[in-house]
Amino acid sequence: MIEVSNLAVRAGNFELSDISFTIPSGEYGVLMGRTGCGKTTILEAICGLKEVTAGSVRLMGRDVTKLPAGARGIGFVPQEGCLFSTMSVRNHLAFGPKVQSWAREAIDERVEELAAELGLEALLDRKPYGLSGGEIQRVALGRALSIRPGVLCLDEPLSALDDGTHAEMTALLKTLTKDHKITTLHITHSRSEAEAVADRVIRIDAGKLSSDG
Amino acid sequence: MVAIAVMYLLLILGMIWADLWYAVTNVSTEEFTALFDNDDIRASIKLTLISCTVTAILSIIVAVPIGYLLSRYSFPGKTLLDAILDIPIVLPPLVVGLSLLILFNKVELFGVSIDEALVAFGKLFGADFGVTYKVPAVILAQFTVACAFAVRTMRNTFDQISPRSEQVAMTLGCSRARAFFSVVLPEAWRGISTAGTLAWTRAMGEFGPILVFASTIRGRTEVLSSTVFLEISIGNLEGAVIISLLMVSIAVVVLVAVRLWDRQNRRRIML
Repeated sequence: MIEVSNLAVRAGNFELSDISFTIPSGEYGVLMGRTGCGKTTILEAICGLKEVTAGSVRLMGRDVTKLPAGARGIGFVPQEGCLFSTMSVRNHLAFGPKVQSWAREAIDERVEELAAELGLEALLDRKPYGLSGGEIQRVALGRALSIRPGVLCLDEPLSALDDGTHAEMTALLKTLTKDHKITTLHITHSRSEAEAVADRVIRIDAGKLSSDG
Repeated sequence: MVAIAVMYLLLILGMIWADLWYAVTNVSTEEFTALFDNDDIRASIKLTLISCTVTAILSIIVAVPIGYLLSRYSFPGKTLLDAILDIPIVLPPLVVGLSLLILFNKVELFGVSIDEALVAFGKLFGADFGVTYKVPAVILAQFTVACAFAVRTMRNTFDQISPRSEQVAMTLGCSRARAFFSVVLPEAWRGISTAGTLAWTRAMGEFGPILVFASTIRGRTEVLSSTVFLEISIGNLEGAVIISLLMVSIAVVVLVAVRLWDRQNRRRIML
């Protein structure tokens, strides 16, 4: 479950306050709003990448407001993937488990498992250079899921994809998050994308939130 | 536009051609061989290669954290810091040397200058830690200017690397330091190699600060740029031209070697 209560965040001159919403466990929430309305700022605050000035963030019943990003158990997929240009796909999938000191066998097993789920077997030894938009997003998704997070945060993950790949990724996201019961917060400004994936849609307009679903 | 570019290119190539033409028409093989048999010239070449390499390494060590700090963080006084870091670039080279000379020899703390303190400290270990008019002064003079260029290069490099990559690493459990070393630094390798090359070649071309702070003592603090000066001052224009061509050759070899290494690494990292 993602519970955001009376959250206030500041980013330069931009300020958001009194932000509250809940996404129940295992549900797929979509945060929608126009460009520049603060969607990414809210997501960064939840991920621990932006300091909050007031309010709280609870993930899976645990108050994580003061915890560093790495201790929150969140998988984060940024816009356009942001893959590590010097690492192979295999190393992307192994990166999180390695950082969290998993056993070597467990890391190898996780890499194989994710590669199969995301259709990345043939790409494991490739570097990001030359991967297609859809492949980049699948690797970014695999990297985020590698640590078996309870919560997945996606920042406009499908905005740079063509229609065919977009539909494919939408289906993949829906299946994966449902199968693994991952609570998801997905940011988009596309109504059709929100309708395709969301169990719950939260709209933000002029700093005010409204929710349906 | 093309005409302007061609004119500038002709100017650069013309300078090199003029040196080559002068050397070929005025320097005999015996004179050429004699120059490189000279122990002082050999010492100058050796000191140039060593001091430039040390300067490049030190510049990278200093430029990487400063470049990262300027690129990623906002803090009070950042603009001032940014401007201060450009001072060695805009100051006349002689002023850099003079300022170093005064800093190490005239500024006193508890009645002792920095140079005197270093000499006294070195004596405790039976070593000579003196700076002024010695090899450390050559390196410090080169480093003061070369590092400023390296800092600029590293800042631009980090500006071009999305902070999102390290943020993703942090959500996966990395501390900021680990994210830097495992994600950002490998992505910055091209900038680091450019900064190192720039610092190395800049250090080789440095003359003014070395002249004032390290002097041009033959066989001791003489580097190739000061050799050119010394040869001209004793009227040996032929020798000065040969040394100049040697400097051009070293610079070309370093630039080509770094480009080749860079291309090889790029292929290895990309594919």
